[in-house]
Amino acid sequence: MDGLRQRISNAVHGQTQPTVTVLSTLLAVEDELGYIPREAVGEVAVFTRATVNDVWAVASFYPNFRFEPPSDHQVELCWGASCHLLGAMALIDSVFDTTGMEEEGETPDRRLSVRLNTCLGACAQAPVISIDHQLIGRLSPDEARRKVAELLGGPGAGGGP
Amino acid sequence: MAPSFQEIDAEAQDRWLELTAGDRPWIRIGTALCGQAAGCEPVLAAIEDALRSRGLAANASRVGCLGLCYAEPLVDVQLPGGPRIFYGNVTPEDAEKIVASHVALGTPVEDLAIGYLASGIDPLEAAKAASGVQDLDRHPMRLWETRIALRNAGNIDPKDIHQYVATGGYQALHQALTGMTPAETLEQVALSGLRGRGGAAFPTGTKWRFLAGSNAPVKYILCNCEEGDPGAFNDKAILESDPHTLIEGIILAGYATGSGNGYIFIRHGHEGPVETCRTAVRQAHELGLLGDNILGSGFSFQLEVALTGDSYVAGEESGLMEAIEGKRAMPRFRPPFPAQVGLFGKPSNINNVKTLSYVPEIISRGGQWFAGIGHDKSTGTAILCLTGALNYTGMIEVPLGTNLKDVLYEAAGGVPNGKALKLVQTGGPLGGVLGAGNVDVILDFEILREAGAIMGSGGIIAADEDTCAVDLTRALIAFCQYESCGKCFPCRMGMSHLLEVLERICRFEGVPEDLELMRKVGEDMQAGSLCGHGQLGFNPVASALRHFRGEFETHIQDRRCPTGRCLAPRFTPRMSRRAKGPGGSLVSGGASIHR
Repeated sequence: MDGLRQRISNAVHGQTQPTVTVLSTLLAVEDELGYIPREAVGEVAVFTRATVNDVWAVASFYPNFRFEPPSDHQVELCWGASCHLLGAMALIDSVFDTTGMEEEGETPDRRLSVRLNTCLGACAQAPVISIDHQLIGRLSPDEARRKVAELLGGPGAGGGP
Repeated sequence: MAPSFQEIDAEAQDRWLELTAGDRPWIRIGTALCGQAAGCEPVLAAIEDALRSRGLAANASRVGCLGLCYAEPLVDVQLPGGPRIFYGNVTPEDAEKIVASHVALGTPVEDLAIGYLASGIDPLEAAKAASGVQDLDRHPMRLWETRIALRNAGNIDPKDIHQYVATGGYQALHQALTGMTPAETLEQVALSGLRGRGGAAFPTGTKWRFLAGSNAPVKYILCNCEEGDPGAFNDKAILESDPHTLIEGIILAGYATGSGNGYIFIRHGHEGPVETCRTAVRQAHELGLLGDNILGSGFSFQLEVALTGDSYVAGEESGLMEAIEGKRAMPRFRPPFPAQVGLFGKPSNINNVKTLSYVPEIISRGGQWFAGIGHDKSTGTAILCLTGALNYTGMIEVPLGTNLKDVLYEAAGGVPNGKALKLVQTGGPLGGVLGAGNVDVILDFEILREAGAIMGSGGIIAADEDTCAVDLTRALIAFCQYESCGKCFPCRMGMSHLLEVLERICRFEGVPEDLELMRKVGEDMQAGSLCGHGQLGFNPVASALRHFRGEFETHIQDRRCPTGRCLAPRFTPRMSRRAKGPGGSLVSGGASIHR
């Protein structure tokens, strides 16, 4: 717990930009820890002289904030229009198949978290996914299956329909 | 003591000479988002390895987006005194060959090359040195271009301010601060006819005048790089390719309007653009081109990068201000308008990245010059993102007045795999579609709007004959629903309602009354929404019905999709950004399972 509080404090107080707000502080905590721990909410409120309610209001508005410790790997799948037209749905299906998931979330063993993203910014290389913040464009469903299986640590991972 | 502009320029010219007239080859590789997605990092590593193992000395630079994104990873090699030879779709194995043959032995690898640029040397000499390689300026994408905001993109290292200065950068700022009044600077922008490139196309000079007219001691120039439109990446591309043209434009905007503070507003998560932008701001500070008493002129401008969480509506001008203030990105009531009450209550001006990126050239070459490019009241160029079912996907900058059909069939090389074009979706998800039979229209703000599509932020997404117009509409509305901030009932509920109806139609569970139902929902959304998101929220449906009503009717009446493409998505994220509270399961986003 001490270690966590220290990391939260480092993130909160380590901001170097002149304009510090509830949002910027939450982003700093998310950057450092990969999620917003319950303990951080009070810290952010005190530091920014906002109410705990204000902090939750901001944290709940932006979907990039997570509230559970991150999985080992983060996969993001783009579902924007350019990617949709060039096969995003098939990619999404193949990833969910491989992990046995039906919606965004984490695998039970917390090996992998799978999220959808409205736009990863590399639309000319559609369809795009990102694995641990590395963009991968023009991916086929088979390649996606392979990469995800690798992350899960072997074949037949997750099991699914 | 901060250096003078002459000193900065001299230093920059020296360094540039070393790079371009020295005895080392200059290798440039595209490492912007498109390059990253295509796999540029292993290629760069392979180049560095190959150079090292041969003991070859070469300058290797990471550059931004040239615009030929379809051919990334792009590497170009320029031998001393020679042309730039560009290689496309480079793999790590190709990189090894390029170093072995071109860098080590001076022989370009012709079958991997996609073109050359003379790049400052004699054109005949360049053609000779390039032997069998084609002139890249004759590539369809480049043939139609007039590069102003993108003049340096793909050519210079965006993390080296001296390269920007060496190619004419910060001259405009120097000129304005030493030889022009703020009013004269603003006048040039007004004369140019520049209009906002974020979507609204409001005259920039007029917008700046609103701000200049205020005597408030603190005023803000806010640069919008939220860029949440799927299919649009030109703002991020400018940050990654030539951030200084933007920064110089912002400082000039500050000078012209009497504002001393600014923010560049970027979505958190796009690490490349954020880092490159922060580096550029820092470097400009270090050289005294930003901050207190710029170039000894007495004018000070403080610029900061502000990040937002994932929210499309944070790209709406008042949502943007709320986000910089650290709050939920929910639009404000207007009046008061930003020029009266803006960021932190102070008069503010919000401009798109592209808009501001033109300003240095407008000041250097004069507003009249810019006004001479383009068509009618749409002056200058349009920076377009070409994506979807096109052969040459990427980013180009063409004069306004260029015909959209030439953009699609010539510059973008038409539709691949022998398919026919079906529609183009322009200007972001709310921008509308044009059927393939309606693309013979020139790029002009008014003309496009009348045709039922808008230029918006420059995104052009092409779909071929295998696309279901109803499914695409569903996907666009799903995005709009997800991004509704929730403040206005008509938008929040209207978007959910439209999505529900479209999903039913796609599952062949539609009823004839659905089209009229959607129209009424759209009417209410337009009347009852505070910002463009809800006001334009029905647009995707309205314009799809305008061009593809038959397809909707086939889905409803015949319970059949003509293209066979209506596959119910496995999962569509649903957004409910208001329904949260402290504690408990605060997982953002809901789930909706369809079979």
